Amino acid sequence: MSSESLRSSMFRQFPDEKGRFGIYGGRYVAETLMHALDELDRIYTELKDDPGFIAEMDSDLTHYVGRPSPLYLAERLTEYAGGAKIYFKREDLNHTGAHKINNTIGQALLAKHTGKKRIIAETGAGQHGVASATIAARLGLECVVYMGAEDIARQAPNVYRMKLLGAKVVPVTSGSKTLKDALNEALRDWVTNVDDTFYIIGSVAGPHPYPKLVRDFQSVIGREAREQCLEREGRLPDSLVACVGGGSNAIGLFHPFLEDESVAMYGVEAGGDGVETGRHAATLSAGKPGVLHGNKTYVIADDDGQIIETHSVSAGLDYPGVGPEHSWLKDVGRVNYVSINDDEALEAFHLTTQREGIIPALESSHAVAYGLKKAAQMDKDKIVLVNLSGRGDKDIQTIAAIDKIELG
Amino acid sequence: MTNRIDTCLNGLKSEHRTALVTYLVAGDPDLDASLTAMHCLVKAGANILEVGVPFSDPSAEGPSIQRGHERALANKVGLKNIFQLVAEFRKTDSDTPIVLMGYTNPIEWMGIENFANQAQSSGVDGVLTVDLPPEEAEGYTSVFEKVGLVNVFLVAPTTSDERMQSIVDTASGFLYYVSLKGVTGSAKLDISEVQARVETIKGLSDLPVCVGFGIKNAESASAVSACAEGVVIGSAIVDLLGQCKSQAEVVEKLKPYLSEIRQAID
Repeated sequence: MSSESLRSSMFRQFPDEKGRFGIYGGRYVAETLMHALDELDRIYTELKDDPGFIAEMDSDLTHYVGRPSPLYLAERLTEYAGGAKIYFKREDLNHTGAHKINNTIGQALLAKHTGKKRIIAETGAGQHGVASATIAARLGLECVVYMGAEDIARQAPNVYRMKLLGAKVVPVTSGSKTLKDALNEALRDWVTNVDDTFYIIGSVAGPHPYPKLVRDFQSVIGREAREQCLEREGRLPDSLVACVGGGSNAIGLFHPFLEDESVAMYGVEAGGDGVETGRHAATLSAGKPGVLHGNKTYVIADDDGQIIETHSVSAGLDYPGVGPEHSWLKDVGRVNYVSINDDEALEAFHLTTQREGIIPALESSHAVAYGLKKAAQMDKDKIVLVNLSGRGDKDIQTIAAIDKIELG
Repeated sequence: MTNRIDTCLNGLKSEHRTALVTYLVAGDPDLDASLTAMHCLVKAGANILEVGVPFSDPSAEGPSIQRGHERALANKVGLKNIFQLVAEFRKTDSDTPIVLMGYTNPIEWMGIENFANQAQSSGVDGVLTVDLPPEEAEGYTSVFEKVGLVNVFLVAPTTSDERMQSIVDTASGFLYYVSLKGVTGSAKLDISEVQARVETIKGLSDLPVCVGFGIKNAESASAVSACAEGVVIGSAIVDLLGQCKSQAEVVEKLKPYLSEIRQAID
């Protein structure tokens, strides 16, 4: 599908009933899971417009998550960049410290309606694992979280949080021992325990209907931001910026704006040591279309089609695939995908901490870094809205290690 | 177009024998060992060889076959090497059907037509792509048909009757019934459940049914052979190959193991 043939009013009508965004998405899974995916699709379709379900979801988002999250004018960073006004959508202020909880609340409510008593989740940085463990504790469900052994080592505080919340954290030692392998292991668990287990996928990845329902649950970010910006500034922002690993916070911010032609969008991938070095996680910038974790999307692989280990200072962006809707939005040209290297993200982390008194997650620091660059190129009457997807408490150890400081 | 798979399964049917289908991962522990193992399996009674294409993210495999994939990937074995392996095997065995079993990404990466042409010319007869259900296989089936490759599909314990019909309509060669809810090599086989499901499949299709996942020994193989045209052994063979330090050991370990299963199902 070419961008010429696609009118802007059509951007929000995907996926189609087969779960396709153009050529991307779909359901590339073993036969055993097809029935469970059909069931999930049926239940979601039934519930998503049900007033009772919507009221339950809204109530949880208000009283448990603490929504709406503020839209904050980062004055001293605006001054630093010297161009457009920089606003932060403060997803870092959500309960559990990131946007991930928006989706887990939604999926846990679906789980509740299916009557399944056991939930499983995969996690990279640990934020989705913590959000899943949190909601499992609240609903009295058994929770098992799969996490790459390498990620367990670099995200120790989140691992402990999950354990405190009563979840079982299972280290994954196969493959590259990171998020992609945790996803494989969660799929293996699901295929084995499909009768009594609900799989809460944390990103807009996986087989249909996951990319759609995760997007829908995360779209609260963009709906609020749109309203808040109109109220505050009397107009829409000129640019949206969000980091992209799997891409759930980005799609959540972008989706409600897709039909607003005046709004430019930037998805920021992890450039690691630099895309040219090969040590990065910039799937859309450097990958090509393939199939991973149940959907057709851009992936990073070698000549034989083997998925390659990626690199990023932030565990949450360290993923060799990306949500299928992002692949499609790239191809039709609606969203620009760019990359920010480790060192630039670290610089933005420190700037945000010191100039705004906000410690951002390393993932979100990638978005801040690009937001600063973008704002500097724009006039002062323009608006850049950056999704501050999570807080950086979990990254303190990583930062200390990089700065060669020993924590007691 | 007649295919080695059809010829093989028809022949066995007329003899009232069950097909013994064996799986190994190409390049595990190395390509020479795979070639030796393939010939050895045929000598010990295998009728169809499933050759696993190693993948970095084998999400349907249990620990045994995962390790097989990892060992093969440590040798950087990819589709190109596997086509050479099959061509080499064909030099001295022109009858035994070969089915490549793997995941979608390496095929997409190579391009479906390129893959199909190379597979066919190297002597591959069929393809089973674990994460490619019929809904996603549209672009594959016609290309495979053109070169005479059989497209094998899975049927699972969770497959509804409605889906089963659409799988049966898309499949050729044989149907692969996944005997349990789980990954390869699981240990919770329920024989009476398998028999009931295979009955249902047979009510919808004339295609032969091979049953795999969780069949480890002569006893379970024998029980399954009573209701299906074929029995698939995978993880147990991969475990044995993983222990082999030499080509001689491959033969030493595989031959008695498989001969016992052959006897049990005959």
